[in-house]
Amino acid sequence: MANWFRFSSPQTFYPLAGKMVPWFAGAAAVLALLGLYIAFFVAPTDAQQGESYRIIFVHVPASWMSMFIYLVMAGWAAIGLVFNTRLSYMMASALVPTGALFAFLSLWTGALWGKPTWGTYWVWDARLTSELVLLFLYIGVMALHAAIDDTRRADKACAVLTLVGAVNIPIIYFSVQWWNTLHQGASVSVTRAPSMAAVMFAGMVVMVFAFWMYSIAVALARVRAIILERERHAGWVHELAVA
Amino acid sequence: MNWGSAAEFFAMGGYAPYVWGSYAVTALCLIVEPLVVRARRRAAAARLKALEGAARRTASEATA
Repeated sequence: MANWFRFSSPQTFYPLAGKMVPWFAGAAAVLALLGLYIAFFVAPTDAQQGESYRIIFVHVPASWMSMFIYLVMAGWAAIGLVFNTRLSYMMASALVPTGALFAFLSLWTGALWGKPTWGTYWVWDARLTSELVLLFLYIGVMALHAAIDDTRRADKACAVLTLVGAVNIPIIYFSVQWWNTLHQGASVSVTRAPSMAAVMFAGMVVMVFAFWMYSIAVALARVRAIILERERHAGWVHELAVA
Repeated sequence: MNWGSAAEFFAMGGYAPYVWGSYAVTALCLIVEPLVVRARRRAAAARLKALEGAARRTASEATA
């Protein structure tokens, strides 16, 4: 059996992450080009919404990633609290800015889609408000981390906040079922066939994978920066700096 | 193919500000974020080098 714990040490993980970043970044670029091609040149005009629906190809991937990254972050936070591993906390904090970015993009593209389809950029309904709360949770985690000088205490406080905030994710996801909302219901579900044209769905899935690969690449690159910042008293980091 | 001409493509059936506003801001964010991350790692590496230099100087002064 491979010794996975070996990779939980920042020293072994730093070069490994460095090797993985270009692959994930490359995959993200290729998938994004393919996804954009499908989004603009293959997918037909929507019968009801005209061309405005093409926002879906960035809106849905950004929204999914904003929620998915939060769950991954909560997973790392939980592992950190249970096993007290430094790298888990570093992974968790490497994901926060990217998650916040996708939450912002979800709201931004949603607003620009809402105006032509609903007639308003914003409405205080369940789906939109819970997504805004998600953005505030991300910002809250970053602010809390910055506010505590002792990094290990900051990590633990942020992990607890992250886990408590995780309750918001099912609220966002099911908000369109639980409350009357302006936002449409899920077009895609694991239990039934997607209620959209196959080619539109394909474009969306490709863009989701592009955003996913992007997130992995940027989080790995950021965790490398965090390792250098935090392990600056470790000998191996200095050998790395001199090399 | 959906578009008869480039102008038609950029007009997005009259939804140009909404569609391009979404895509432009998304592209901008996803280009700027990796640059910010790269700058952060370089700053951390430069700081380590400075620390290393300071440690060397102290060590050589101590032996001198």
